Amino acid sequence: MSSIWEYANPKKFIATTSRLLPWVTGLAVVLMTVGLVWGFFFTPDDFRQGSTVKIIYIHVPAAMMAINTWAMMLVTSLVWIVRRHHVSALAARAAAPIGAVMTVIALATGAIWGQPMWGTWWEWDPRLTSFLILFLFYLGYIALWSAIEDDDTAADLTSILCLVGSVFAILSRYAVNFWNQGLHQGASVLRAGALVGDTEERVSNVFATPLFISMAGFVMLFIALVFLRTQTEIRARRMRALLARERMQ
Amino acid sequence: MPDLGKYADAVLSSYAVSLGLIVALVVLSILRARKVRSALEEVEARVKKDG
Repeated sequence: MSSIWEYANPKKFIATTSRLLPWVTGLAVVLMTVGLVWGFFFTPDDFRQGSTVKIIYIHVPAAMMAINTWAMMLVTSLVWIVRRHHVSALAARAAAPIGAVMTVIALATGAIWGQPMWGTWWEWDPRLTSFLILFLFYLGYIALWSAIEDDDTAADLTSILCLVGSVFAILSRYAVNFWNQGLHQGASVLRAGALVGDTEERVSNVFATPLFISMAGFVMLFIALVFLRTQTEIRARRMRALLARERMQ
Repeated sequence: MPDLGKYADAVLSSYAVSLGLIVALVVLSILRARKVRSALEEVEARVKKDG
């Protein structure tokens, strides 16, 4: 039986992901198009929030990916720390800009949505603040990778930074539960549909179905981009190694 | 186009900003992938030639 660690071999990783990339990309395009078009054009306005409810189809998937990208970086960083597989460290590096963009989208759409609903673009609310700090961690992580020339040292230090930043990734998700204050509502998406009897705060099925499709599309987009960007990081690392060898001759 | 009422600016700007950022991320990722790939091929060919 083949082991997952086979994919720690850069050649094997590139070969496998190259085969999967067109399928994952196609799935991402289809799911995002269906989810966003359905949500934007074919769902009604909310009785309280009016047409601003359509922002949910971008805001929630982006916020979800902002946190999950960091979670993926945490896992791959731990793999690097424990097993010293370069591909896992490079996958974390490749994912960071995707997570940063998702965090910006979540923050920007949240501010645009918050202005008409809460009467303010920004509030130092636990969830908003922890998301802002998570974004700063993304920037710090990307900057640290770029600032250190030696790849292994950079991977070591960024892995430690990733462990520290995980506190804020967790806070971004659970801040509303930890501190029962602020403007941002609690979790309502995972209570969507007929899963619970409480109809007060859950997202209605009318909005939930296209939202889940859009979320699946964002996940596929993330996977496709991580495949492509990790391949690029593997090639860039090999190029640096060859150039260094050339300089020494 | 659905009638977005008085919130049209908020909804449309949310979609514009988000899709713009996603497209920029995808395009930049593809461009860098191509650039690094061709640069590596060049270096590998040179290394092979020089032995």
